[in-house]
Amino acid sequence: MAIFFGDDFEEKEEAKALMKSLAKFLEKLGNLELENVEIRAEELTFILQPMVGVMAQSPQLAPRVEKAIETLLKVEFSPPIETYPGEVVEVQIGATRSDGGSRKKVVKIGGEKTMPFYSFEALNPNKPAFAMDLFDMPVALAKSVKQHFEDVMHDPAEWAKKLVEDFGAEIVSLNLISTDPLIKDTSPKEAAKTVERVLQAVDVPLIIGGSGNKAKDPMVLEAAAEVASGERCVLNSANIDNDYKRIARAAKQYGHIVVAFTPMDINNQKKLNRLLLDEGLSKEQIIIDPTTAALGYGLDYTLSLMERIKLAGLLGDSDLQMPILASTSNSWGAREAWMKSEEWGPKEYRGPLWETVTTITAMMAGGDLFMLSHPATIRIAKRLVENLYGEVDADQRIQDWITDIGL
Amino acid sequence: MLEKVTLLSVYRYLPQTNCGECGESNCMAFASKLLERKVTLEDCPPLKKPKYKEQMAKLTELIAPPIKEVKIGTGNNVVKIGGKEVMYRHELTYHNPTAIAIDVSDIMDDDKIVERCKAIETLSLVRIGETLKLNMIAIRCASKDPDRFSYVVSLIARSCNLPLILCSFDPKILRAALEKGQVANKRPLLYAVTEENWREVSELAKHYDCPVAVFAPNNLSLIKSLTKTLQVIGIHDIVIDVGSYTEGKLLRDSVNNLVMARRAAIQRGDKDLSYPLMAVPAVVWMGEKQDPVITSYKEAYMASLFMNRFVDLLIMHTLEIWALLPVLTLRQNIYTDPRKPVSVESGLRTIGKPDEESPIFLTTNFALTYFTVANDLESAGINCYLLVLDTGGLAVEVSVAGGQFSPSGVKDLFSSSGIEKMVKHKKLIIPGMAARLKGEIEDLTGWEVIVGPRDSSQIKNFLTKYWA
Repeated sequence: MAIFFGDDFEEKEEAKALMKSLAKFLEKLGNLELENVEIRAEELTFILQPMVGVMAQSPQLAPRVEKAIETLLKVEFSPPIETYPGEVVEVQIGATRSDGGSRKKVVKIGGEKTMPFYSFEALNPNKPAFAMDLFDMPVALAKSVKQHFEDVMHDPAEWAKKLVEDFGAEIVSLNLISTDPLIKDTSPKEAAKTVERVLQAVDVPLIIGGSGNKAKDPMVLEAAAEVASGERCVLNSANIDNDYKRIARAAKQYGHIVVAFTPMDINNQKKLNRLLLDEGLSKEQIIIDPTTAALGYGLDYTLSLMERIKLAGLLGDSDLQMPILASTSNSWGAREAWMKSEEWGPKEYRGPLWETVTTITAMMAGGDLFMLSHPATIRIAKRLVENLYGEVDADQRIQDWITDIGL
Repeated sequence: MLEKVTLLSVYRYLPQTNCGECGESNCMAFASKLLERKVTLEDCPPLKKPKYKEQMAKLTELIAPPIKEVKIGTGNNVVKIGGKEVMYRHELTYHNPTAIAIDVSDIMDDDKIVERCKAIETLSLVRIGETLKLNMIAIRCASKDPDRFSYVVSLIARSCNLPLILCSFDPKILRAALEKGQVANKRPLLYAVTEENWREVSELAKHYDCPVAVFAPNNLSLIKSLTKTLQVIGIHDIVIDVGSYTEGKLLRDSVNNLVMARRAAIQRGDKDLSYPLMAVPAVVWMGEKQDPVITSYKEAYMASLFMNRFVDLLIMHTLEIWALLPVLTLRQNIYTDPRKPVSVESGLRTIGKPDEESPIFLTTNFALTYFTVANDLESAGINCYLLVLDTGGLAVEVSVAGGQFSPSGVKDLFSSSGIEKMVKHKKLIIPGMAARLKGEIEDLTGWEVIVGPRDSSQIKNFLTKYWA
């Protein structure tokens, strides 16, 4: 809220007194909610913003009088805590034996009660989760990524194992790219066999992605859903213009989760989420993918969309209260991530850093589940999250940074 | 936030002559643009006349952003930081991109100092029509010697033009730098006022009219006490350093402090915290000898993390271009005006001087894609046609997935642009990321579709192979 006073100091003092009584009055009323109300007096404009949970409070005006001061003026800071009427839905990915699946580990995401990492006002119950991508056939990858997987690219089961055992993937994201009619046109049935093999190879949950072919993906995801029945996999993805109904039905019948993907459009995102709910999916079965653009190639749209979605959900928009998926593997599409260039320095460092910065940005904006490619990114991102959750003790002294930085 | 100020309250103090000198049709229209931050008070010529002096002052106060804009440096060499109106960029836009300073230590050899400053000043990269640069030099007094420090400050001030940050907690050293280092009239940022030195450093800031930073790691009450005290003394150009911890729980605290300070200032009107925020990712270089690659990498992502938490000024140490490029690019992203249209007009463009044998490329009307492709074609010196498809302002990969990149749209574009009559051949080159639409476009148009590279930087090589 904001209060603007008249121009001279006496008026300010008067207004302050008035504010105090107003604030008291508001306090007595308890739950008074004003939205977009403007009260006007001669020299006093008093506007309450449509922000929920903002307490009446008299403003601190910068003193204009200059004077010599002997001792430091002591001022106490009190954290500006807010409460929100809504919260993000919690989604459990993967199912253990007792839930009807066979995973040893499950991952919970979402459930936010405040913006990402605003731990001064609430600790969000689930940390962001990190999946790593793999494909059902050898694919063209940036060299800095490929060098880590060259030995396993021919075998999705081995690839998945390596992601989990060597690089700490909490979820594996299997992309059935070979089903694309223009690539290998692998049948849904064959593709489902790959899903089975990967399920047997690792004990973490799965994200199952199609090839992006709109006609074929629903069939592929349906076949995959059937063989993975009860495992609470994430089917990636339902779009407004593919046969999302078929994907939703498969998720419902076989107990999975659906990614609702829209290309950078918050209104279409709401629409698709509603359509999926209408198909009988529960909110706990939907994850939002509002599109993750790479650093330098539209990441600004992505980060603002994520912030808007997260804020909308917290403020009570039930169509946007699902957790957010961020495919930061898309960073590798940026030429700065893979292209050789003297001007830009060694791509061996630049590439992974491009993905790391994209991931951190999406994480600070509200991403809940990440699909990424480089081992360095997942290691760094997990560590950062532990730090931001206050799980790691630190004994860092920075007071003497001016003298103690090396050359 | 701006919504707090009403249109009428602004209009009240304008000349109300509807003279049109500002380019707007009337004063109300100007008031509206003023509130959207599309014009400034300087854009109203009459307002600058003496008789409107009072109104000007009132308007200045009325529309002052909740985060003060602080200027560091003088004349043409000024960096403006802060001036923020909102917490989140989608609420309006962010003003004044995060300034990036690189540190220079006074215990380096003189020639190394000059060399490092030159490198900082000349670093420059062009990305999508914008030049990305570093903005300031932070001179650290590591020698603890006032004479050495003031000598180095004057050396740097003579050899480069970037605005300066003078770093020392010792008031004697800062005084020496200002007086003997010959930068007293250049408005360097004094870093920093602390609980111990506030009397002396604030006196310097007042006397030489310099902006100051306040430093109180992980202690917002102390920050408030310091800024409140400075305000009473008459100092208003302040930058806040809440301490940039990069490890464990302390990192959590740093991030929380940045969010709380910004929220208190913008949403609660806390005047003690209504200043630009700074962070020093360079702290990752403290201690025993650090691995240059690992530490540059860490510094870059820490800088990115802090920039995602409202920071207006960064002091960094690395000069590795691979580490700075992502940080500079992130700044470019965050400070893009979200109100700017995402798309360019669809239709036909010509690059160079194409003739009836020239190749035809297809791309989307997402501004970023279009400018990247057009730039690449131009810089490669290719004479060609570029068809810009209306994909609703979406990039290739996204619009192919989402269906906005549609073969029927391509067919319509053929007829509306008249391209068929301009060339003798019937060949269309489509983006590599749209490969899966090849067949469908061929069926609909009857043209041969050639799948181009996935990245337009590769077009030149591609043409030599596939375009006789």
